[in-house]
Amino acid sequence: MTEAVVSARRPWRPALGTRYVWAGFGDALHAEWTKLRTLASTWWLLLAAVALTVVVSAAVAAAYRCSPGAAGGCAPAATGADPAKVSLTGVYLGQVIVALLAVLAVGGEYGTGMIRVTLAATPRRLTMLAAKTLVVTGWALVAGLASVAGSLLAGRLILPGHGLSAANGYVVPSLANGADLRAFGGSVLYLVLIALLALGVTTAVRDSAFAIGLVLGVLYLFTIVASIIPNPHLSRHLQQIAPMTTGLYIQATVDLRSLPLTPWQGLGVLALWAVGALLLGAAVLRLRDA
Amino acid sequence: MTVMTPPYRSELSAGRDGFGQLLHAEWTKFRTVRGWIIGIIVGVLLMVGLGLLTAGGAQTSCQAQGGPAQSGAACMPTFTLGPNGEPVTDSFYFVHQPLAGDGSITVRLTSMTGLLPPANAQLGSVGPASTGDTRPGLYEWAKAGIIIKENINPGSAYAAMMAAAGHGVRMQWNYTGDTAGLPGAVSAESPRWLRLTRSGDVITGYDSADGTHWTEVGTVTLSGLPRVVQVGLFAASPQYTEKGQAFAGTSTIGLGPTQVTAAFDHVSGVGSAWEGVDVGRPLDYPGFGSYHQAGGQYTVTGTGDIAPIPEGHGGGADSALTVNEYLVGTFAGLIALGVVGALFITAEYRRNLIRVTFAASPRRGRVLAAKAVVIAAVSFVAGVAGGALAVLIGGAITHSRGYYEFPVSGATEVKVIIGTGLFAAVAAVLSLAVGAIVRRGAAAVAIVILAVAVPIFLAVSAALPLGAADWVLRVTPAAGIALQQAYTQYDQVSGVIYSPLSGYYPLSWWAGLLVMGAWAAAALAGAAYLMRRRDA
Repeated sequence: MTEAVVSARRPWRPALGTRYVWAGFGDALHAEWTKLRTLASTWWLLLAAVALTVVVSAAVAAAYRCSPGAAGGCAPAATGADPAKVSLTGVYLGQVIVALLAVLAVGGEYGTGMIRVTLAATPRRLTMLAAKTLVVTGWALVAGLASVAGSLLAGRLILPGHGLSAANGYVVPSLANGADLRAFGGSVLYLVLIALLALGVTTAVRDSAFAIGLVLGVLYLFTIVASIIPNPHLSRHLQQIAPMTTGLYIQATVDLRSLPLTPWQGLGVLALWAVGALLLGAAVLRLRDA
Repeated sequence: MTVMTPPYRSELSAGRDGFGQLLHAEWTKFRTVRGWIIGIIVGVLLMVGLGLLTAGGAQTSCQAQGGPAQSGAACMPTFTLGPNGEPVTDSFYFVHQPLAGDGSITVRLTSMTGLLPPANAQLGSVGPASTGDTRPGLYEWAKAGIIIKENINPGSAYAAMMAAAGHGVRMQWNYTGDTAGLPGAVSAESPRWLRLTRSGDVITGYDSADGTHWTEVGTVTLSGLPRVVQVGLFAASPQYTEKGQAFAGTSTIGLGPTQVTAAFDHVSGVGSAWEGVDVGRPLDYPGFGSYHQAGGQYTVTGTGDIAPIPEGHGGGADSALTVNEYLVGTFAGLIALGVVGALFITAEYRRNLIRVTFAASPRRGRVLAAKAVVIAAVSFVAGVAGGALAVLIGGAITHSRGYYEFPVSGATEVKVIIGTGLFAAVAAVLSLAVGAIVRRGAAAVAIVILAVAVPIFLAVSAALPLGAADWVLRVTPAAGIALQQAYTQYDQVSGVIYSPLSGYYPLSWWAGLLVMGAWAAAALAGAAYLMRRRDA
């Protein structure tokens, strides 16, 4: 009772000798890391992303047939096949899970109301967002590295048995080769950028289901429209701005001239999308009530 | 003294708890959430908008040899149209005579030989290669036999009995019809007897291996056949193409014309005054065909084909717009409907409304059923509306711009539009069921997109090897896209690869609906089981 009266008289101060806890970036980072690490779903999604990417890549590699009856047989000029790209097909599916992981990192908090606790603990909202961004980048990097390494291994082991062998004039995927290093390393970066895009979009729209629909809709739809629309000019322009199409130019190792952008320019376009989404998310986070 | 108080009973009569009330409750929940209605409307708008973008944004340019570069309507292909308005190829060598009224023709076909383009021929050769370049050989769909045809104009109605080099005896009629007769190749040792009889509009085809034992191959009705028709012998051998490559992006390589020479004898039932004509070839163009008659022996040489033109294959068909292109927005519409379908149940879990729902209606399976009916009905209407607007407005825009739409019948348009509605409905139910299983909106949306939208994307964007693309559209829930199949796959047309990329799906519409429906039913059953077992 007495204590209550005392505390009503003067504001509470920590007892003498207690160190102030300054909520700096390191602490925010630690908090975000703990939150994401202790969710079971994060680990399951990590596992699912890797498994889906590797299994699909391996299945597509195993389904590859070059029809030896066709003119030119299995020669690279006849098939136009790109061994690196074929072994990375699973990225089309793995990115869905990576995006979901990023969406849930923010959307989950809005869904449960946890975001208010988070913002009470870290009132500097942009600090919180930066910490989240960094943590999600780390998770996506791990998911990307494991998925791409598995796909590379699958491609190396399976493709030479299906006509895409060194004997037929193909480059068997290997990190010793510059173009392949770009394709595989770039695919890891691609997955990270997809996660950042998803993170930014979710911070802006604040609903997980809506956000994942929006992110995947934008990714796939642009590409579908670009490939179907019967207008070469419009199609080419679309292929220069569509986030998934351009981002995946990084996977090309043959016939680079036919691409509307160079592989690194393509990944740069996706990076612009991701930065744009994050800026939008930051603005919304800063300006709106949580 | 104790007073016996009767137990309390409410004076209100008990409410009915039939399925109708449940449906009404779920429908009320659905229509009063503004975000979901907006989601449905956005889905429809995306379907229509992307269709209009395709039709309105289409642009083609072309340049004739030595001519100025042209674009737009000037580049549109002109097709010979068959009796039902479908684009057809109709060029062959025809040794004919008139047949007035009913009658019949019988022949014996004793040999078929042919010429193929040189093994290293390049794409683009137009005329028949000179004999020195060619190699002997028969193309698989080289045809020779007898035909009854409305007149000698290309595109007119016909019925024919023929031997196809690699496909045995066939009866074909009006370009799209094809029935198999005796199998095996024609030779002097195993000749083929063929007979066609006309009785009014009805034409019957028979084949025989010995000229005494006849088998009926087919009976067809060519309505509106004039009294006097042309009857005779024909030979045709289509453009040589080689099927190529593992990826859907590359299809066929044209390698030049081929030729067939057929020998007939025992011609009976008709007169002996014949006339030879290259059907379907301009008069100033050198004829490819010829015939030679010595006694009862006829030798007929021809090139060309009598067949339908499949969409996307042949002539300038690639620059034609298709109904499938108008429907490209279905993909986006499905994502929007999938989000709404998943949220229809996961939002209840998130807001704990599900407890109220189960308190009001303790039979959980029926709640799920009512939700499925509501979301299926809404999505069906949305899919039909989006599909109809996209197809009709897209077609109107194409016509007004002078562009060419690869023709489909009105019945096919209706089928595709209703199919789009069914596709959307089943996808939304699948979404609802997955939502009920995982109880988290984002996860449900991601799973449904992975199961329905990504397979379609992979199959139509040339990201998968050809065979794999077909399998993906056979076994995943994306099989439902077969409901949007607008164009027919003709197996009697040579050298064509029917791939999802060019709008041909591996399953028929009902098989696609069955596969996708089975997925949705399995997910619903799993959801019902889990709902009953789990706490809400």
